[in-house]
This record gives sequence, C-alpha cells and structure tokens, in this order.
Amino acid sequence: MNETKKIQLEYSQMESDRMRLNVGPQHPSTHGVLRLEVEIDGEIVTEVIPHIGYLHRCFEKHCEKMTYPQVIPYVDRLDYISAMNNEWPYVMAVEKLLEIKVPEKVEYIRVIMAELNRIANHQIAVATFGLDAGAFTPFLYFFRDREYILWIMEKCSGARLLFNYFWIGGLAHDVYPSFKQEVLDAIKQVRKTNAEVMNLLIYNKIFIDRTANIGILPADVAINYACSGPTLRGSGVKWDLRKDDTYSIYNRFDFNIPVGKGEVGQLGDCWDRNIVRMYEMEESCKIIEQAVAQMPDTGDVKEAIPAKLRPPKGAEIYQRAENPKGELGFYVVSNGTEKPDRIKARGTSFVNLSVLPVISKGYMFADLILILGSIDIVLGEVDR
Amino acid sequence: MGETNFLIKLLGDNLITVLLISALPLGFLVVYALLAILGELKISAWMQERVGPMRTGWKGVLQPLAEVIKLIQKEDITPDAANKPLYNLAPYIVFTGAYAAFAVIPFSEFFVPSGINLGLFYIFAVGSIGAIGIVMGGWASNNKYTLLGAMRSVAQLISYEIPGAMAILSIAVLSSSLNMQEINKAQTGWFWNWFMFGGPGSYEKLWVIPFTLGLTLIYMIASLAETNRTPFDIPEGESELVAGYHTEYSGMKFAMFFFAEYANMFVVAAVLVTAFMGGWNSPFGSFLSGPLWGAFWFIGKSFFVIFVQIWLRWTLPRLRVDQLMYLGWKILLPVSFICFLFVSLFRMLN
Amino acid sequence: MLANEIYEILKKEFGDGILEFKEEAPSDPYISVEPSKIFDICHTLRDSSELMFDYLMCLSGLDLGESLGIVYHLYSFKHTHKIVIKTTVPKETPTLPSVMHLWRTADWHEREAFDLYGMIFSGHDNLIRILLPYDWEGYPMRKDYNEPEEYHGMRVPY
Repeated sequence: MNETKKIQLEYSQMESDRMRLNVGPQHPSTHGVLRLEVEIDGEIVTEVIPHIGYLHRCFEKHCEKMTYPQVIPYVDRLDYISAMNNEWPYVMAVEKLLEIKVPEKVEYIRVIMAELNRIANHQIAVATFGLDAGAFTPFLYFFRDREYILWIMEKCSGARLLFNYFWIGGLAHDVYPSFKQEVLDAIKQVRKTNAEVMNLLIYNKIFIDRTANIGILPADVAINYACSGPTLRGSGVKWDLRKDDTYSIYNRFDFNIPVGKGEVGQLGDCWDRNIVRMYEMEESCKIIEQAVAQMPDTGDVKEAIPAKLRPPKGAEIYQRAENPKGELGFYVVSNGTEKPDRIKARGTSFVNLSVLPVISKGYMFADLILILGSIDIVLGEVDR
Repeated sequence: MGETNFLIKLLGDNLITVLLISALPLGFLVVYALLAILGELKISAWMQERVGPMRTGWKGVLQPLAEVIKLIQKEDITPDAANKPLYNLAPYIVFTGAYAAFAVIPFSEFFVPSGINLGLFYIFAVGSIGAIGIVMGGWASNNKYTLLGAMRSVAQLISYEIPGAMAILSIAVLSSSLNMQEINKAQTGWFWNWFMFGGPGSYEKLWVIPFTLGLTLIYMIASLAETNRTPFDIPEGESELVAGYHTEYSGMKFAMFFFAEYANMFVVAAVLVTAFMGGWNSPFGSFLSGPLWGAFWFIGKSFFVIFVQIWLRWTLPRLRVDQLMYLGWKILLPVSFICFLFVSLFRMLN
Repeated sequence: MLANEIYEILKKEFGDGILEFKEEAPSDPYISVEPSKIFDICHTLRDSSELMFDYLMCLSGLDLGESLGIVYHLYSFKHTHKIVIKTTVPKETPTLPSVMHLWRTADWHEREAFDLYGMIFSGHDNLIRILLPYDWEGYPMRKDYNEPEEYHGMRVPY
C-alpha cells in the first residue's frame, strides 16, 4: 500500500517535455505551403500557431497597377481550384459599380459554370480529406470524375484551371453546341461516383471513427470567427449566400442548403463538415439540371461588355458570393480612372483558417491534419 | 533435420550446402519482392480504375526492376546531425530481422531451410529484431518525425505481438508441436483439416470452428499491424509523419527498409498459411500434392494472403494511434484469450 | 433594417462620435465615425438587440492620401441587414482601438491591415506581421511606399 502511494507521488512529480514540431511549409498534408508551429505533449496537440504568407503574391498591390479587366486573371489565382467562382464576385462588383445589366444567357452560363466548379472543388476537398485519413482510392475516383468537368471548362474557356472566362458584362466565349448534353452527362457521372464514395469512404467505420467527434466547432464560435461555407454549415447554421443574400439568378432555382446534423458524432465535427460537401454536390447537380433546362439558346454573350471602363469616382462596393469554400468578397474602390484605387479580397480560406488554433487544441496530432483538411483551405487564397 | 531438406539429401551435409540453403530464400525473396511490388502497383491500379505503369516492358512488368535500379543509383544522403553508426546500421538490422525468419519457413515437404523444433517460437523471437532497427533508425535520424514514427512503431509492434502470439500458441496446442513442418503435416488431407477449420477430426470438432476462425482473423489483423500495413500504417502515416521512421533515408538504405517491409509481409503470410491454412498441403486431399506441388500451394496461398493485404491497403483509411491501442489491448487480446481457452479445452477433451 | 435607421440609432447613442452618413448608388451606404470611439460603436452594433451585427464580413485598410482609412463591413445573421462603418486615422499616428475582442475574426484582418498599412490597433493581443516576413520593413500597401533594394541579400525589384 505504501509502495503504490509512493509510485503515484513520483509519477505526479514527473515533468514531461513538450515538443515543438514544425509542420510545413513543405509537408504532404498542409495542402500547400502552410507552416504550422505545433506544440505536442506526446501525441496530444497543446498549441497550434499558423504561420502564413509563403505564397504571398502581392495580389492587392498588383491590382492597383492593373485595369479592371486585367485583374480577372489575378483573381483566378486566389483559390485556384475554383477559379470560376472567384471571378464571379469580382465581375459582379465591377458590374454593379458600372450599373451594367448582364444578358440572360450569360447569367445562366455563369450559374452552370460556377456550380460545375463547385462540384469540382468539393470533389478535391473530399478526396484530399480522405487522403489525409489514409484512404487513397476515393481520391483517384474523384480526380477521374473531375476530368469530365474540366473538359467542359476547357472547351469553353481554353484553360483547365485558371479560366479568365467571366468578363465584366459578359463572358470570354460563347458555349459550344453540345454543351448542354455534356454537362448533363458529367453530372450523371458525378452522382454515380458520389454514391460509390458514400459507401466506400464516408460511412466506413474506420473513417467515422477517425473524423467524428474531433475538431468540434460550435456555431457561435464559427460565427464569431466569421467562418462561412461548409465550415459554418457543418456546425448546423443554415446559411448560404445563394439563398440568404441572393445574387444573380439563384432565386429562380429550387435547391436545399445541407447542414451538419451531428449524425455520427457531435454537431460541428470534421465528419459533419465533410458530409455537407457531399450533399452540396448533389444540390449543385440539381441547380445545373434546372439551369440547363431554362437556359436560352440564343443571345450574344459579349453584347454588354463595356468598351470604356471607368466607374464613377469615389464609388465603392463590397460584393460577396458563395464560393465553394464560403464567402468570397471583394471590396472595390474606384478613383474614376480605368484602374481601381483599392481591391481587397476577403479570402474565404484566410478567414476559415484563423479558427484552426481554437478547434484543434487537445486533439491528437493525427487529428490536427484531419481538422485542417476538413476546413478545406487553399493557400493561394490565404496568402494572396 | 536432414529428411526435410532435399538439398542435404542431394549434396550432403557440408558447408557449401548450408550456404546454398541460406542463399536460396534470398533469391526467392528478390523475385518475390519484385512480383509483390508489381502486384501492389497493378492491383492498386485495377482497384482505382487506372492502368498503372505501362511503359517499362510489356504492360509495365519491368517497372519494379526499374524502381530498384533507380533506388540503387540514387544519392545516399546522411543527415549532418544524424548519429552516423546507428543511422547506417539500422536498415540492415531491420532487414536481418525480416530475413532471419525465412530460416524456418517450410516451403515444401522437402524444403525447409532449418527444420528446428522451435520454429514458431523462433519466428516470434527474430520478428522483434526489426523493432530495434526501427527505433535505431528513427532515433539516429535526429528528426522529430522519425522519432515519433519509431515510437509509434515500437508501441504497435509490442502490443500486437501478444494477440498474434496467442493465436499461434493455440495452434501449438492443437498440433502439440512448435515445429512448422510438424504443424503442416498435422493438416494433411482436404481443406477442412486445416487448423483454420479446427484441424483434423470428425463432427465433434464443429464447435471449435468459430474459435479457430476467430484466431485466424486475429492473426491476420495482428500481422497487418506487425508489418505496418494499412489500416495500421500509423508509424509511416504519410499524412502526418511525412514518411515515419524512414523519412531521412534515401537510396539503397531506404530500399532496405522497403525490402524488409515486403519480406515481412511474406513472413507473416507464410506463418498464417502454415499455421491456419495447411501450409504446403493441397486443399484437395492427395489431388495435386507432392513436393513440387507443395511449393506451389504454399507460395500460392501466401500470395493470396499478400493479395488480401494489398486489397485492404487500397480500401481502408488509417486508424489513429489511440484507436489502434484500443483495438489491440481491449478487443483482440481478450478475444484471443477466450479463443485460446476454448481451443485448449477442445484439445483436452479429445 | 435600413442603413439610415441604423444611422439614427447610432447618432442617438454616440452623437458627435458619428461623423457622416452617405447613401449614394452604386456605392454601399456607409457611416463614418470617430476612430477613438470605434470599439464602443462596434460593441453597440454587436450587442444591441435591434442591430445584432454578429458577423464581421471584412475589415480593410485604405490609403486615402494624407490619412489611412479602415472599413468594417458588418452583417447580421438574425436581421440579415448589412452596414459599412468607416473611419480614418492620420498617417503619422495611425492608432485606433482593436475590435478583436468583439469579433475574433478581426484578429487576422487587423494583423493584415497592420502588416500592409501600418495601423496600430491598440488592445490587439498579438499585433505582428502576417503575410510578409516578420522582419520586413515598411508598409507596402501605402501609396508612397518605395520597395527596398535588397532583402537579406536578395534583390527585391525584379
């Protein structure tokens, strides 16, 4: 009896050293050049300090030197996985400054493109999240299917990743004749693979064990940190800019906003954030089907493109749109010339990443990687 | 010893024969490793609806060879801050541990390199040498990732050796021998005589079949953990630990680790086949049986087990380290004890 | 709630702290306020039951020539209304209170504004550079910024 007591006493006096681990900037799972300074106690994470800026390309400074249309290719390079969605809030902001009414056909093509790109983005997000958990096969299934979407975009814009397709007042090119059919074929394939991945990965016992009940983000914390997109909806907040601050023609479509329900664990865990992306792909498919059915066949996509681009002096606007990752906003200030005075990009990933230190404390080191993966960041947008 | 080894019969018991016997598994191992790498590449490609490597040779069959050549000619980097003697020694120790186990694997009725009576015990003993090498390499690399990987690896190896050993011990009870060749001989006949299905016996063995099947499963799971394969590839989990204990290794030293992993895969498959799946016995009684057919059945069954390992790797995500420990200590260990108890009871009653 | 109603509420509460209200298409309507009062105004904006601005969409710095501007874009989940709050600080003494403890998201936004424009947010817990290297000198987004010739032996203009 005395002996056990003594051992316990000694154990409590033992000091365990904490280890500072530098995760990144070159690391397979930081999704780019992110550096996390992690303090671990054994395998438990006690502190996370993100160090960003390794991919800083002076986007905002560049914009001051460019004319309004020249900014679009730079905007593409923010969240390079969903470039169509990046261009949209920017061109919308400038269109609002110039008070341009965009033709009907352009609006429909923009919706279809943005939703296709949303699917492509979520495919990568779920795929890399699965890869972080160690499942390699769904990763390749998604990349195979993403090709169908990229082919469509390549045929329309000439580029596979950075499109420069949405122009101020219109589009760079009209769509090709078999466009509608190919879009419908692509979403058929997307649905097929999603059903397969649901079985193979999402409801896999090991995957649920790994991702449920970790990285819990309560709704009030998420709002305070201004999280948006699936990161916020995973916490059960039914908020989507397409519905709640509607823009373009989204009020014409019938779709749901999937939210996390805490189906397998606590509400707002990594699994919830991930499942929201899976359901959103299906909702995007629904929007695309409706848009393809309603889209007018005739119309000039370039008719509203202004020849002279000089927004009124002092005019300024903050335009936001629902990027696949969340709210992407552009604050555009004009000085009356053809070059903007100031463009501030409110990077979705930048804001969403700032919540990481809060939600990853106290979990294991392997969980940290999954929590980071579930936020779905792109470093191009974090560092700008 | 002599009667189980055709080379000794053929050439006599002298030094050259002994050297030949010890070199033969190495030759087999090289061929097998190339085949297994090709299998890994092609099976993963098939499961992921890709074609896999196609450019080297016919349908890419020479790809593993090309990879080996690449690894040999790569620059061998030793980190400045590494503890050089330990760093350089570690891959060889890991490989030695894996290769030493080949000494008692009965490839056929007439070929087992060393038919010692403590075969099973010996395999477990030398299997632990690898852990020393891993911890040596992980520590000597002087990198936090390798250190974490090595610690995880050793914790995993030690915890999963116990349920694995319990499963094998039950077979020792059933066959009343630790000699791998004797265990094989005890399972002669049709496939229902395998220890997986309770071993030879009539209807009264039926109630023990669930326990022996459970033991097979336990050994399969434990063997995955011992070879660091998915879903237990936590020591080298590339998503958090970059490459685990061999992060700093390159060139030939990395190839040794790689080689050792594939060698270990075969060893655990061979033990599984020997202990539970009849070893070199034909599944169909005396049909297609004989010394050469024995080698065929043994290697074929082992390859099937390796195929299952590859299959699982490309299907399942990875466990977390605490879940791994939970599974090992709280599920597999008690279950293996219960199975062991009932198998022993069965043995006592008969 | 419309922007002018929000202005009325704030005007009643803070009087001189509220400088100007402007609503002119196509720009967003904005309220410009005194920089020293920004924390109290934001506190009211966040906590008063009829305003409830719980979501800071964006916090941007601006170079207005002789002074620096800070723009807060706010949104309320409950009432789904938006407002823009603007304030200016002189370039020589660009100090204003931090709103980090009202909206945690302001943490990184303010660090970014500090990094690129050089505003000092008093009350911020960890006001260090975020996008640029920690030892960078100067504030590059200011219009009068001249880029250095060298950084640690690397030529900067390319």
